[in-house]
Amino acid sequence: MFYREAGDFNTSYAEDQQTFPIKFDRYRYYVVLFIAIVVVPFTVNDYWVNSIFMPFLIYTIAAIGLNILVGYCGQVSLGTGGFMAVGAYACYKLMTAMPEVSMFIHVLLAGVITAAVGVLFGLPSLRIKGFYLAVATLAAQFFLVWLFNRFPWFYNYSASGQINAPERDTFGIIITGPSTEAWAAYAFCLVFTIFSAYVARNLTRGSVGRKWMAIRDMDIAAEIIGVNPLRAKLTAFAVSSFFIGISGALFFAIYLGAVEVGEAFGIQKSFLVLFMIIIGGLGSIFGSFAGAAFLVLLPVALKVVGVDLLGWPTDIVAHLQLVIVGLLIIVFLIAEPHGIAQLWRVAKDKLRLWPFPH
Amino acid sequence: MHDTGGIENNRRYEGNVCVKDQVDSYVTEDGRTIGPVVMEMKNITLRFGGVEAIKDISFDIREGEIRAIIGPNGAGKSSMLNVISGFYVPQEGEVWYKGARRPPMKPFQVAQQGIARTFQNIALFEGMSVLDNVMTGRLTHMKTGIFSQTLWKGRAEREEIENREVAEKIIDFLEIQAIRKTPVSRLPYGLKKRVELARALAAEPLLLLLDEPMAGMNVEEKEDMSRFILDVNDEFGTTIALIEHDMGVVMDLSDRVVVMDYGKKIGDGTPHEVRNNQEVIDAYLGVSHD
Amino acid sequence: MPEQLAYTIEVFLNGLMAGVLYALVALGFVLIYKASGIFNYAQGVMALFAAMTLVGIQNGQVPFAHLINAIFGTDVHKFGWSVHSFVAIALTVVVMIGLAWAVQRFVFRHLVGQEAIILFMATIGLAYLLEGVADLMWGSELKALDVCAAEGVCLPQGLNSWIDETTFETFGYGFFIDNLDIVASIVAAILVVGLVMFAQYTKQGRAMRAVADDHQAALSVGVSLNFIWILVWSLAGFVALVAGIMWGAKSGVQFSLSLIALKALPVLMLGGFTSIPGAIVGGLIIGVGEKLFEFLIGAPFLGGATENWFAYMLALLFLVFRPQGLFGERIIERV
Repeated sequence: MFYREAGDFNTSYAEDQQTFPIKFDRYRYYVVLFIAIVVVPFTVNDYWVNSIFMPFLIYTIAAIGLNILVGYCGQVSLGTGGFMAVGAYACYKLMTAMPEVSMFIHVLLAGVITAAVGVLFGLPSLRIKGFYLAVATLAAQFFLVWLFNRFPWFYNYSASGQINAPERDTFGIIITGPSTEAWAAYAFCLVFTIFSAYVARNLTRGSVGRKWMAIRDMDIAAEIIGVNPLRAKLTAFAVSSFFIGISGALFFAIYLGAVEVGEAFGIQKSFLVLFMIIIGGLGSIFGSFAGAAFLVLLPVALKVVGVDLLGWPTDIVAHLQLVIVGLLIIVFLIAEPHGIAQLWRVAKDKLRLWPFPH
Repeated sequence: MHDTGGIENNRRYEGNVCVKDQVDSYVTEDGRTIGPVVMEMKNITLRFGGVEAIKDISFDIREGEIRAIIGPNGAGKSSMLNVISGFYVPQEGEVWYKGARRPPMKPFQVAQQGIARTFQNIALFEGMSVLDNVMTGRLTHMKTGIFSQTLWKGRAEREEIENREVAEKIIDFLEIQAIRKTPVSRLPYGLKKRVELARALAAEPLLLLLDEPMAGMNVEEKEDMSRFILDVNDEFGTTIALIEHDMGVVMDLSDRVVVMDYGKKIGDGTPHEVRNNQEVIDAYLGVSHD
Repeated sequence: MPEQLAYTIEVFLNGLMAGVLYALVALGFVLIYKASGIFNYAQGVMALFAAMTLVGIQNGQVPFAHLINAIFGTDVHKFGWSVHSFVAIALTVVVMIGLAWAVQRFVFRHLVGQEAIILFMATIGLAYLLEGVADLMWGSELKALDVCAAEGVCLPQGLNSWIDETTFETFGYGFFIDNLDIVASIVAAILVVGLVMFAQYTKQGRAMRAVADDHQAALSVGVSLNFIWILVWSLAGFVALVAGIMWGAKSGVQFSLSLIALKALPVLMLGGFTSIPGAIVGGLIIGVGEKLFEFLIGAPFLGGATENWFAYMLALLFLVFRPQGLFGERIIERV
């Protein structure tokens, strides 16, 4: 009943290839966009932006980035935290060096710089495969965090060793620093999230995406049909790190405002983003959204139920959260390796046929 | 019998197309024109550690022909195909392609030169749909850069549609329209083999290498596959080199046959010649080697 | 003997001792990887879990006390007895075997035949789960671990005065070497010899090697895969317990204990995932390498704390030139 597809024909290859080939999906997508752009900024308060919307939007960008590398190109990385740190520190250096330039440029440039670092650490991927590579990316994680900790140039020789986002505006609206309004921070992140999803979708549906997926599914066969494996892997590392760098820059400049590298971008962050794409769905842009939403909401929900409602101590709730996340990872890997995105797809297929099951 | 050896450098090539030299070409009984030599293997020797998989083998492949490589298990047939497709680099010998010596290159560069292949154990991309798999065959023809693709509208979309049209033609040709959007992992074995052929054909190769295209098939599927191979050769004029165990199939399909045994070439010629070659008969009926 | 050289030798020896402990953790990885192709990221957390369980049993803690108190509003903490170390170790071994069974029954039995990378990610999930369970069971505060055979006969602590005095007399410089490290090295050596003997000379060991070689072939000659996998996980749990005791006695039982697993990863990349001697040599190279690098280059020129990444960088560089590790089997690609 939700889907009425009779009479909805695709008559050209262009129509067949669009992102939402079914009319109902297309309209729903427009409604979501409308709410996100027009309704939410005027209705949210600080709490919702800071504890839900901003982390959701920023982690979504990181998840999209990691999903390109892991889900589409099959190269597992545990260096996400380190690459986010590169984005954050690049953004910080740019912000302090060129205060007059727009934050949009800074964040994008931070992404570009992270992409370059990502390519550097992606170089061994030609020789190393599978979890050997996963372990090798740990080198990036630990080395980068150490680097930002040990060399004062990166944090402008500040006494605390932290980096603090100075107040910056874009188009006259303040978006960093303590006097930022909630809706402005939200809108700024939203622009980048939509941009990332749009670019990722376009890249993964064309020849670049097919090269990645060919490498993921069978690298030797991919090479024999004419895919240059080094180039395909390095573009994946570059694009992935670009998004992760953007998310790191936003995480620092807009969301946290002040960052201590080991705490904000440690190995735990790498695992968190990896879990987002496993739970959300490997190789799915929608899955990146779903996974980020899930793991941002889970601690909030647990806190509301455990601490506020039942009155349990916070440390027990935190331990329970570990148990639940660990269990979910295992359950998803066993029952549905393609995550929430696949559950959604199955539900949709059922709905399309409903109320007639055949 | 036509001349298989002694190829002179009197041929000119323009791009990928050979300017045919009438002296070298001939017409088969069923009316197809077989052109001059497009690929020549000269004294190839391939070793793995101490094992010699291929010992000093030379043969050529002519444009438009169906060339078979046969031999018992472990004769080095697959290794030979891997040498042609650049996956193995022979220790000795030269590979000549389109009238020039091919420098050592990576498999993906070989593919970009117009050589496509299928695999003995199906090597499809299991996480993708049939259509996407066939489209991967078009990758060597798709040139838009990563920045045009981020925009999609414009060049990237145009290129995608042009290549989709070619892919759809191949899909029609191999009669797999109905499963276009099915994930490859759900297909039965015979169809997978066909999709693999479609992917190779989508590259519009000059030379198509088939590694046991009929292995593990029943009689009906074998007949289908044979028909497709003949049709491909006939309609697209694709040069085909294939490895096959089924002698009946080989004799019916191929124009010329190379016979290998223990890494050595023991016969080369038309199916009729090969069938009457004493060494070949010995190899297949099993005469002790001493 | 020049002082700088003496320092360097001391650093070298200490690195060797640290390397033994890395090797101990790496050993657990190799066991599981060889038999089941699972790269067990949770090995470090297993060591943490084992050490916490041991301390908890020794002190007579009530498992899940905090959770029980939170749910039922009770106030239980301890049974009020303390258990002898050897009994506690035996009980912990039983718990680890139970864990092995549970992991096999509820997790990996459902993942047979999956890609290696999926299995790897499952073990990351397992690591989170185990850590959460361990914290819920015994509480997450720092605990001291002391294993004693009898009153006053405990795992030794502090520097070995005999070595200190002897070297001082011979070289004019006393080497500082931990007693515990010496014990750990001896225990590790015994463990390795024991495991090799087990694998070579017992029926179960032979079956284990058969499974490592080829699952289906092993099945076809009547080896129970399920049993072997539980056995292997139990062995890995035992190795984790030993590693947990050594590290726990050295620096207390707390979350950071599980991070030694991360150190064991580069050890494996150096030594190869399938080789027991490789794990040991790799562990020693990493242990010595990171201590020497920190001492000679890191601290004087790079601002110190290079131990955080040295092992990974070394392994990374090494892998680029020899992807199968020092002793790993050579990878031949086929189509």
